[in-house]
Order: sequence, then structure tokens, then C-alpha cells
Amino acid sequence: MTLYRNRKRSDLAAIDGKKFNLDLLMTGISFILLFIFAVIPIAMIAYNAFFYKGQFSLKLFTSVMTNKHNLAAMWNTIKIAFWVTICGTLMGLFYAWLLGRSDIPCKGLMRALFHIPYMFPPFIGAMAWDILFSGRGGYLNTWLMKTFNLPRAPFNINSLGGIIFVEISYFFPFVFMQVVSALERMDPTLEESARIAGASQGTVIRKITLPLVTPAISAGALLILISSLAHFGVPSILGFSKNIYTLPTMIYALISRSSGSFEGIRQGAALSIMLIAVVGIALIIQKKVLSSGGYDIIKGKSMRPTLIKLRGAKYPLLIISTLTLVIIVLMPLVTIFLVAMVRAYGLPLIPKNFTFKNYSKIFTSKATLDSIKNSLFLSVTAGLLCMFLGVMIAYVVNRIKPKGKGILELLSVLPYSIPGTVLAVGVILTWSGSLGINLYNTIWIILVAYLARYLSFSMESASASLQQVHSSLEEAARACGASHTESLIDITLPLIRPGMIAGFFLIFLPAMRELTTSVLLYGPYTRTLGVQVYSLREAGMIPQASALASVAIIIITICNALITEITKSRKGV
Amino acid sequence: MADQVVLRHVTKQFTTRTLGTITAVNDFNLTVYEGECFSFLGPSGCGKTTTLRLIAGFEDLTDGEIELCGRLVSSKEKNLYVPPEERGLGMVFQAFAVWPHMIVFDNVAFPLKIQGINKHDIQKKVKEALRNTSLDGFESAYPSDLSGGQQQRIALARAIVTNPKVMLLDEPLSNLDPKLRETMRFEIKELQRKFNFTVIFVTHDQSEAMAISDRMMVCDMGNIIQIDTPINLYNRPVNRFVHSFLGESTFINVIIQDGKVYAKGNMEQALDIPIPPDVDREMVIATRPNAIELTRNRGYKTRIEKRTFLPDITEYLVPMGDQLLKVQTPHRIKFTQGEECYINLVNPMWYPAEDKELETERLRRQLI
Repeated sequence: MTLYRNRKRSDLAAIDGKKFNLDLLMTGISFILLFIFAVIPIAMIAYNAFFYKGQFSLKLFTSVMTNKHNLAAMWNTIKIAFWVTICGTLMGLFYAWLLGRSDIPCKGLMRALFHIPYMFPPFIGAMAWDILFSGRGGYLNTWLMKTFNLPRAPFNINSLGGIIFVEISYFFPFVFMQVVSALERMDPTLEESARIAGASQGTVIRKITLPLVTPAISAGALLILISSLAHFGVPSILGFSKNIYTLPTMIYALISRSSGSFEGIRQGAALSIMLIAVVGIALIIQKKVLSSGGYDIIKGKSMRPTLIKLRGAKYPLLIISTLTLVIIVLMPLVTIFLVAMVRAYGLPLIPKNFTFKNYSKIFTSKATLDSIKNSLFLSVTAGLLCMFLGVMIAYVVNRIKPKGKGILELLSVLPYSIPGTVLAVGVILTWSGSLGINLYNTIWIILVAYLARYLSFSMESASASLQQVHSSLEEAARACGASHTESLIDITLPLIRPGMIAGFFLIFLPAMRELTTSVLLYGPYTRTLGVQVYSLREAGMIPQASALASVAIIIITICNALITEITKSRKGV
Repeated sequence: MADQVVLRHVTKQFTTRTLGTITAVNDFNLTVYEGECFSFLGPSGCGKTTTLRLIAGFEDLTDGEIELCGRLVSSKEKNLYVPPEERGLGMVFQAFAVWPHMIVFDNVAFPLKIQGINKHDIQKKVKEALRNTSLDGFESAYPSDLSGGQQQRIALARAIVTNPKVMLLDEPLSNLDPKLRETMRFEIKELQRKFNFTVIFVTHDQSEAMAISDRMMVCDMGNIIQIDTPINLYNRPVNRFVHSFLGESTFINVIIQDGKVYAKGNMEQALDIPIPPDVDREMVIATRPNAIELTRNRGYKTRIEKRTFLPDITEYLVPMGDQLLKVQTPHRIKFTQGEECYINLVNPMWYPAEDKELETERLRRQLI
């Protein structure tokens, strides 16, 4: 007995009698990997912003900070994020209330529409809006001018307002989803007891319902704020033609204008510090708000909440809300598919002008075909690698629990918390030879960026499933005579397999539509799907860009349907 | 005693996509008098909670009408529906439903603020309500800092603060632990005596209902089965369902032949009990395990099959015909396993042999 009494839990693996210690190995690899993926790129940005030729120097940083274009970009970033957050929150709130608490019909249809923005990359949406409402020759603008004899185009999407509008349409579901789930989980008697106390329906909403869902609202609103601050696609598609820049697009412009020269990258690094500062403030607020926690509003027997009767307002509200949804969600989709078929950009969208040549070009153009292949390769590889690495880190954090597991957790979410543009700058600085390895212009540098960016997705998915597998299951295997390694392979891994598969798709899907980091990292032969759409459009080949975009949407939709099927048939543990 | 809550032919049907139309409340007629404590008792799905929600105004009825304090509040015929906030009721919910974003004082003051009462009076009334529910000193605490029992007291204080004439209690004690339940039961009774409000109390716990009620309604599958005082319900249940729902029951299948009662499976030895008029050949007699006399000299002769010594009683299993009867006695009546004994049934109830219709309906409901 005395022999074993002093053994620590971490020594359990050693009882295996194996030469190497699997737990220790996994812990070590996790720390090293996260150090490489998360710490080094960020450190490189800071180093290059503040050091020049090994000397500490604030010269670059202050010159970048005081440049009036950069300041304007920062101001734009904040303005856009502010309005997107305010309007997106209000809109999400309105729809959440409508679907969660009113007796409006067609709830199923509306819910289905909310899923479309998830499958539709925002930059492709921005492309569609640009096609419709561009100040010069947007389809709908031209049509409106003709029909109503207007001297000028009535809308100009290439403006701050336009960028804000398009971002709202992609980000408002954040608040909607949070609030609608809070409303659904909320104990209806909380509202009923206020009715009994004499409060009218309006008072109940103001005094009870709203305060109780406030935590959900602020969580959603902060998600919008952070996403909008870091967002690249929409402002770059809509803003460049009118010289409207945000911090992420300014970083891109600096680096691509200097065509990869070190000076441009250094300026980008300095600007990245600015963007990190802005996003960092938002992240700190988010952490504060989320940790202050929600109220405990789930209790008691589940009862259907009393739905508020809209009475006379029912059908007008239904028409307005469905129409708005259809316009902001469905119209861009239809536009992309129609323009993809038009013979030449600018021709009216009527069947006479339709052709499938744009689609056949996809399969004859080597660059385009390559981009699809690249994206598939990158997404599958990143998905698989992240899946295994994520499981390993999740296992280390949840089961081995080494000293510093908090750091491990923090490091794994860090690369996703920083804006994609900044991550790309960090990856360039790290992997283009300055540390001895040069991956620049190869597909591997994009893969490294994807791994860093998406590792947290698979880690969280694996953590969630690991927490459902009680450690007693593994211990039971040990009691039956299995070694630590055997119990891990025969018991734990099969049980978390559904979570691993979900984790793969959680990475595969966003990686397929990725633009923000790849656009800074691609080389002549390593364009991705997103980059190719983006550059076709930049080159003015809008119908071809649309055709490729529609192919991307179809691929994403199919994969999304697959993942829903898989997660549905997932067995509980 | 004035009529306080009156239900006339109240019916509520729900239409669901999967199950079709379900009658949750079927033609309820009942009157609750002023100052009375009235319980709705029944298994889940019997319609008791729906009836309470109809009275509160959270559901609109499919047919019939409801009168509160002499005022019509729901009527199908007159197409009248008064929303809950205008019914002037007090209500306490099972899950407490205290608002987690308000301190105790604001929770209790809420109904008064809605009424637009001035600050000074609010202070006074809230103080009093909190004192009556032994919550003084917790004014500025958040509900989440308090225990379950205290949270339910907040809900009580909030309900009594406006001095309502009718108080609706929707299983208010079932989220509390057994010990606390008893204290709270007593406190509710005390408050009722002090403020003299009418209580409608929904529960599925028979002892809770019997302890607190002046009268109670037992319902099952959307129908009122029996309305009476707890004593009458216990002693004279109208059918086997009520009998078995209130307290422990022992049922014996009997056969009546030549004016004598025989336990099924033993036609040799008759039972010495009077036969009521209008009986079929096969009947069921019902009694309570503690109402069966166990002696050594007179009655139905049998023997002890099994003896179980329990904390407050001794439980015997005694064969009668082809059935095993459960008999509970005080510890001082001692028999050993296998010993010969005699049993007497005291004032048993008589029921038809089988309630076929009821059983099929129950089965149907269980299936859906």
C-alpha cells in the first residue's frame, strides 16, 4: 500500500510500464504547437512595429498612428462597427420578439431564411449589392433611373451607409439567435406573474422580459461589434472604389500596394497594433459582460409562453418582416445566380442574354479550377489536422489538467480572437524567412494561417464532447485491464467521434469561404476559391466571378446539409 | 358565505398538430365560497392546472363562463375575456417566478407600483408583507442569494401585498424539500386566516391537499370526479380512482351468492359484512390497510403470510381467497409469520367489479 500512496494522478500513466509517457508527450506537443501558432505571430507583429534593425524605435509606429489616412480608416472602422451594432441589435431584437413571443404566422419560413446568411459569405453578398446598387451602373439603380426619369442614381452602395447596411444584413442574426434562444428557455411564469400583479402586456415586455434577456442581447451585440471591427470582405468590396478604408482593408491595401515589400508589411504590422487595440477593448468589454453572467431564468415545468396577439397588425407586420428578410437575404443570392448566367456584364437580366458559358469557363480556366482544388485541399487538410490537434489539446486541458492549462486554453482561442487580417500579417512575418523557414507564396503558409485561425473551433467542439464522456468510463476500462493508451483509443476516442466529425465540418465550411487571411497570403499558384472570386471581380470579370461564387455557395450548402444530417443522427453518450 | 369563484360549464380544448383535439377541461361546474381554501387535486394531465390558468386568464375558455367576486371575467356566450392583469388576483407559481433582476423589495413592490400608489404607502405595505412572510431584513437582497423557501416567500409576499380577495396557488410547495413544505403549508394557512382571502390550491400531493383544504375537487382526465370535504373524500370516495388516490387502498374482488359475500377464490368461507342494495354478482370492496381488524378470535379465518416491521406500523400480508391483503397495525398487535389469524373489514366501500370505460380512456391517454 505504502508503495502507491504517494503516487500523483499524473503518474497513473506510468503504471502502464511504457518507456515514454503519453500524457506528458501530448501536453508538451500542445504547448509547443500553440506557442508556434499563437504566440510567435503576435510577438512578430509587436516586434516589427516597435523594433527596426534590432533597435527599439517608435518612429514607424508614431508615423503610422498620425497618418491622417490611417486615422480616417480607424474612424471609419469605429463608425461602421457602431452603427452595425446598434441597428443589427435592434433588428435582431425585433425579429426575436416577433418569432419568440408573438403569434405571427409563417415562423418556420422566417427561421429558414435566417439560416441563409450563415451559408453565404458576406463578401459575395457585398458583390451582389454592388451589382444592384453601385453608384455607376448598378442594375437596380439604372432601372430606377429609367423608370422614374431620375437624373442621378438614387442609391449608392459604395458608401459608409452602404457598407453598414450590408454588414447589418449579415451580422444581425447574432443577436437574433441569442435572444430567441433566451426567450425560448425563459420560464413563462416570470412573465405571467407580472400579468397577475396587474401589469399590461407592454409593461411586462419593458419591465420583465427585456431586462431578463439583456445578457443575451449584450452577448449578441458584442459579437456583432467584434465581428464588424475585424471584418474585411464587405468594406473592401464596397469601399475601395470610393477610397473608403477601414483598418483591415487599409492593412490589406498597404501590403498589396507595396507588392510584398518589407516596408509595406512593417507598416501593416504597425497598423495591426492599432486594430488589435480597438478589438482588444471590445474583447475586454465582452469578457466583463459575459462573466457577470445571465440570470437564472430556466426553471419549472416547461409551458408554452403566452403569445401576444398582434390582431390587426398581424398581416401588415408579417408582410413587412418577411419582405425585409427576403430582400436582404434572398435578393443577393438571386442576383449572384442571375448575373452568373449573363453573357456580358451590364446586359439586362432577361433569358435572351443568358448563357452557361460562365460556368463552363470555370472548368476550362486553369486558375479557377486550381482555386477550387486549393480550397478543397486547404479546407480538408486544415479540418483534419485541426480535428486531431483539437482533440489532443482538449484532452490535455480537460483530462490531464497540467499546470498552466489556463494558458493553453487562452492560447488556443487567441488566434481566433485577433482579426484575420492581423493574423495574416503575423503569419507573413513569421513564415517568410525571418525565422529561418520560408513558406511565402506556397500553399503551406495559408494552411498554417487556417490552422491557427480555426484550431479553437475543433478544440471547443472536442471539449464539449469530452465533458459528456465521464472519466469513469475510461477508469472502468483501466479496471478491466486496459492500459492508459488502450482505454484512450478504445473507449474515449470512439465516444467523442461525433464531436470530432462536427469539429471537422465546423472548420471545413468557413475555410471553404475564407477570404480575409488568404487574400493576404496567396501566391500566383495558390489562390483559394474566395481569392479567385475576389480577383475575378477586381479584374472586372463580374459574371465569371458570380458563376464561381454560385459554385462556392452550392458547395457550402451541400456540406451544410451534410453536417446537419450528421449532427442529427449523433448518438448521445 | 358569498360565492367567490364560480365556474359554469367550463370547457377547454387544445388543438395540437400531432394529437388532434384534446379536451383538457370538460364541462367543469364548481363554486368556491368566500374565505374558503379549495384544492384542485389529481394526477398530472387531469386538467387542474389548466382550470387554474383559465381562472387566472392565461387561457381563454372554449365554452362556458367564469365569475370572479360576482363579476363575469370569461364567457364564451358573451364573447367576454378579461386579461389577467385586470382580474385582481394573487398568484404563486410552482417555480416561484420571482424576478431575478429585481431585489426583494422591488419584487414585492411591483404590483403596487403598477397601481400607481405613492411611495410612502408602497414602503409601508411592502414592509408589512415582508414581515408577514418573515422576510424582514432581506429587502435589498437579490432572489438568487436566497434559499428556495425564501424565494417562495417573496412570491407569497408579492401576492398578498395588494390584498387580493382570491389567491391562486399553482403547486407552490412542490419545489421545496418535505420539511419546508410542511412549514410553508402552515404559513399559508396562517396568512389566509389573517387576511381572509379565498385560496384555490393546485396540487398532486394528497396529504398536502387534505391538510390545507376546507373542500377539494378530485379530477381525472379532464373530468371532475368528486367535490367534497377531505374527510368525506377519504371515507366515502365515489369510485376506485378517488379511493386509491387518497391514501392507501386495499381492493378485494368478491362474489355475491345466496345473499352472502365470498372473496374470489374461496367459496367456502363467507365474509361477515352487510350487502348494500343493487349489487351485481361480482363486485369490488375497498378498504384501507389500517382499517382492517386483525384478531385471534372472530372474523374471516386465515393466516399471516408475511410480516414486515416498519418505522410506525407493522405490515402483514394476509391471503383472502386468491388475493393477498395488505394489513397495517400498530406495533402492539403482534403476530408471527405463518400464525393463524382472523380479519374483519370495517365499513368497506362497494364498487362495480371493473371500470372498463375509465380504464380504456386512461390507456388511450397514455398512448398519446
